[in-house]
Amino acid sequence: MPSSPEPNADRPIVEVRDIHQSFGEVEVLKGVSFAVPKGGVSCIIGPSGSGKSTLLRCLNGLVPISKGTIRVAGFEVQALVTDREKIALRKSVSMVFQQYNLFPHKTALENVMMAPVHVLREDRDEVRARAEALLARVGLSAKSHVYPGELSGGQQQRVAIARSLAMRPEVMLFDEVTAALDPETVKEVLNTIRDLAREGMTCILVTHEMRFAREIAHEVHFTDGGVIVESGPPAQLFDRPAMERTQAFLSQVL
Amino acid sequence: MSRLRLLDPLPRGTDLPVLLPAADRMAEDARRERTLGFPLPRLHAAHGAALLALFATGCAIAYAQAAPGHPSVLATIWKWTPVLLGGFVFNLAISALAMGLGTVAGLFLGFGQVSQWSAVRKGSWLATHFFRNAPWLVLLFYCMFLLPFQVTIFGVIIPLPDWVKATFGLALPVMANVSEILRGAVQSIPTPQWESAASLAFTRRQTMWMIILPQCVKRMLPPWMNLYAILTMATVLVSIVGVSEMMTLTRQALSAENRPGLLLAFYSYVLFWFFLYCYPIARWTVRLEARYAVKS
Repeated sequence: MPSSPEPNADRPIVEVRDIHQSFGEVEVLKGVSFAVPKGGVSCIIGPSGSGKSTLLRCLNGLVPISKGTIRVAGFEVQALVTDREKIALRKSVSMVFQQYNLFPHKTALENVMMAPVHVLREDRDEVRARAEALLARVGLSAKSHVYPGELSGGQQQRVAIARSLAMRPEVMLFDEVTAALDPETVKEVLNTIRDLAREGMTCILVTHEMRFAREIAHEVHFTDGGVIVESGPPAQLFDRPAMERTQAFLSQVL
Repeated sequence: MSRLRLLDPLPRGTDLPVLLPAADRMAEDARRERTLGFPLPRLHAAHGAALLALFATGCAIAYAQAAPGHPSVLATIWKWTPVLLGGFVFNLAISALAMGLGTVAGLFLGFGQVSQWSAVRKGSWLATHFFRNAPWLVLLFYCMFLLPFQVTIFGVIIPLPDWVKATFGLALPVMANVSEILRGAVQSIPTPQWESAASLAFTRRQTMWMIILPQCVKRMLPPWMNLYAILTMATVLVSIVGVSEMMTLTRQALSAENRPGLLLAFYSYVLFWFFLYCYPIARWTVRLEARYAVKS
């Protein structure tokens, strides 16, 4: 297990040990281990089909694993069976998707408010104030009452981030959140994530934005073929990759 | 720019939809009909004009065959119109009641089809497909002959006249189709909506009621209205089992007049009334479909 380079590491908030996962006959994850300390930012990079997204989905229990242990925010994820148990986990771990997945029949503000009001059962007025503050923070105050269909991709993705933050999670998972955006709007989303990371939110990002990963990550994991080929601080992994496979991948994308 | 080769399908969203190969167009129609669960009624204003022409032909034939002393065709039809319309109102009442009953029952059955419990899902699937694939007339006969003429509930005797039994008979296929419409709509909501709701810690029930179903309503409305138009046209089936709706009354009017020449004129007149009722529904459905197709 790679040691964490960051301070504040009494016990990592995310600990993944030797997890295996398969869809039918196809084994997608073949023994993956890593850990993220509280406030740490980890980026997972690697070619398509290397199991990056699946790995992320295992962390909040969207995808069950067949072997290994996952410990996230105090929950033993592989042991959560019932919906109720999984819901307890998902209150602490929030996920942002590549395709934003906003609820199209609700306005931006309602999208942000829904889960705190109905899942956490918090006071509607308090939630509204918090949701408005979050939308302001992602620069979308003016769009509170607009439906997702009328927002650009970048704006939708920022609403999606605000929607996740409204749950006050301990860990944020980002699944290729800029992959569906056009280059101009990628920046506004990355800025939002950068602010978040600087404020000490624990973030795990699956990303193809190598420059961004280098800038914000404390640790980068390169995955291929269902395993983590190489891990390390960005400066080391990007500038002096040890493994041949990593070098080959980086030479193609950089 | 690369040239399209002959065998390449034309790109979607082309400026020249007229040039879409027929296969593509038919595939698109088939896809829509699969979503709806049955063929789309394609009522156009031209169909109304054709019906009027048929009616005019019928009148001409009746006029040519009229014996001296017979009243004019139009006067005869005019004389019978109040009676026929009385029957037509009955058709509409049966259609509205069967639609209401069928919709309520169909929604339950549809929820069963998307249930978490496999036994409920399979049972609902079986019921849905049994009633959806059975001929409407067979279901009607079943209801007419298997239901008693009255039922006693808690000592209260509730009579079941023929038209009520016929309404039940028609409500069964409606129920099965509504069930399919609901299932189709729920399954047409992209899985990422479920995933993102789950990531926000919504329960399955909350996801269904707060996120999935509100998005389904819009999708269900056009096929549901289509179903209603089809049901309205199918209400004439109840004439076979002896309920005095418009078709039955037309047959009685014709035998009272005893002039075979009136046949075409009368039946095309009946058709025209159905067209008048169903055409606005069909137009409205097409508009709703167009409106909802763009969004989401």
